[in-house]
Amino acid sequence: MAASSHGVIATFDTSADIYHAAQKVRDAGYKFWDCITPCPVHGLDGAMGVKRSKVPRFSLTGGILGFTTGMSMIWFTGAYDYQLIVGGKPLFSPMFAFPVSYELTILLTAFFTIGGMFFLNGLPMHYHPVLKSDHIHAGLDDKFLIVIEARDPQFDAAATKALLAEIGGKDITEIED
Amino acid sequence: MAHAESAAAPAILSEVKPAELPRATLVENHRSFSWITDKICGIIEGKTPGWWWVCFALACFVASWTVAGITYLVATGVGVWGHANPVNWAWDIVNFVFWIGIGHAGTLISAILCLLRQKWRTSINRAAEAMTIFAVVCAGIFPVFHVGRVWFAWYLFPIPNANEIWQNFRSPLEWDVFAVSTYGTVSVLFWYVGLIPDLAILRDRFFKAGNKVRSFLYGLFAMGWRGANRHWSNYEMAYLVLAGISTPLVLSVHTIVSFDFAVSLLPGWHTTIFPPYFVAGAIFSGFGMVLTLMLPLRAVFKLEDLITQYHIDCMCKITLATGTIVGYAYGMEFFIAWYGANPNEGFAFINRAFGHYAWAYWIMISCNVITPQFFWFKAVRNNTAVVWVLSIFVNVGMWFERFVIIVTSLARDFLPSSWGYYSPSIVEIFTFFGTFGVFSVLFLLFIRFLPIMPMAEIKGVMPQADPHAGHDHH
Repeated sequence: MAASSHGVIATFDTSADIYHAAQKVRDAGYKFWDCITPCPVHGLDGAMGVKRSKVPRFSLTGGILGFTTGMSMIWFTGAYDYQLIVGGKPLFSPMFAFPVSYELTILLTAFFTIGGMFFLNGLPMHYHPVLKSDHIHAGLDDKFLIVIEARDPQFDAAATKALLAEIGGKDITEIED
Repeated sequence: MAHAESAAAPAILSEVKPAELPRATLVENHRSFSWITDKICGIIEGKTPGWWWVCFALACFVASWTVAGITYLVATGVGVWGHANPVNWAWDIVNFVFWIGIGHAGTLISAILCLLRQKWRTSINRAAEAMTIFAVVCAGIFPVFHVGRVWFAWYLFPIPNANEIWQNFRSPLEWDVFAVSTYGTVSVLFWYVGLIPDLAILRDRFFKAGNKVRSFLYGLFAMGWRGANRHWSNYEMAYLVLAGISTPLVLSVHTIVSFDFAVSLLPGWHTTIFPPYFVAGAIFSGFGMVLTLMLPLRAVFKLEDLITQYHIDCMCKITLATGTIVGYAYGMEFFIAWYGANPNEGFAFINRAFGHYAWAYWIMISCNVITPQFFWFKAVRNNTAVVWVLSIFVNVGMWFERFVIIVTSLARDFLPSSWGYYSPSIVEIFTFFGTFGVFSVLFLLFIRFLPIMPMAEIKGVMPQADPHAGHDHH
């Protein structure tokens, strides 16, 4: 059973139910578990003990890279590789290089932010045991689900199911891997 | 005395009832989550309505005008347009600025209103962002083909070429290349990120319905989204960062577009008010277009519970505010022309209002300054048909604004001997009106195949999504 089981899934009807249930699963000491919700639920990160997202680190990297790319590209093309004299103006000035660097800052920040989000979420992942479960449809529509994974050191099929039942979970079933 | 007052005050206060200011309801009739899902997915899953085919055929026909006009231009030369000295920028640049400006409302709704926590944005942001992308597509056509030999359009980008010469980065036109291409790319990405959770819903619904092909296609783009809260956490942060960078982006794009004019020395263009004036005008025109598109969608798909009167009120008020800023800018241009005491600049503005193109100027004034003032009245805002007609006037007026700025200034430039009067050629006229077909084709495909409203975001602002539902459990 343990080898083929991905974990246990339980359904909750309201966001308040899952919020309180998540606090109890967190306090029970589980690590490999998640809530599945149709929309972001305010405060659920705290209830689950999820730390602040690391996406902004990617964004900052992208932004710095974009700005330096813009400035160095304009310096390289106009002042170094082929000196372009226009109106007797200096070959390079951060003033006229600013608008393009500014746009590249935004462009690369966007790329890194979205790339970072996918990387941190481990997406794309088109195959996942949870997606095979019948529950998932309801979870993206109007139900709230908790999945506790079998790889969690605390996982014990019977005890975990009992915990989920105790905190108000319904329709508790096991998901195959 | 003082004691008596302080003793009396609480007694009075107990009788004073502070005004109850309930938050506006964003979804009427206490709809459930599954009603939202069924309503929005139902549009895609249902049979293609007859009116859709009629509109689509008509839109394709109109779009063919652009295709024909562009084909003729490429085969013949840019001379098939009506440009001639001194008016070397005309309808093409007017149309470019017009379409780019329309796009700005979409980004305002998705980014700026997100940062300002204006929750009413959720039901209109998907369609408005789609509008942005399709407007940028239409806008891009004009400068690309105006370069004449369009097969050299890649010279706009810093790609090494046989002449070993690079772009002139001092030119606002080169800034514009980066601004518009960044704007288009980031708008598509922002739109796509918003779509991911909704595509996952469609994937699962089509899978259940047994439609494997559509389930596969939606699933491919849904990236395996499974609504996990650890994912939502990163997703929400990414969305916030994207909103944060799209805000300076949308302000910079029309600023840089206005630099195309303001950095030149031409009287009528060479004014410092241009960046804020262009941005306000862009948002004004964009909201005009959002109203033009959303009101029919609301009626056809019976979305009154999702696009409520409150949403329409908000959009009308933004149109009123930005329209009034635009009106102020028109006045300020005249004031500065007089106060600056430059006779050439003074002439440029007097000529705009009373010269050969006075007809265009007064169309602009009546559409852009007078039209939005009707939105002060609740009775007007409550009448959907009137709002729709007024939104059309806004669109027309903003096209004329760009025409007035570009053409009147060029037609009376420095040398009176070269003054001219510009009229568009038939090719230009068809190419421009055809872009409405291009836009409509894309928009019709969007409403047929993609969720026109962000289901997850709408659910997120509904009372059911709030685990504390009015009282704090922390």
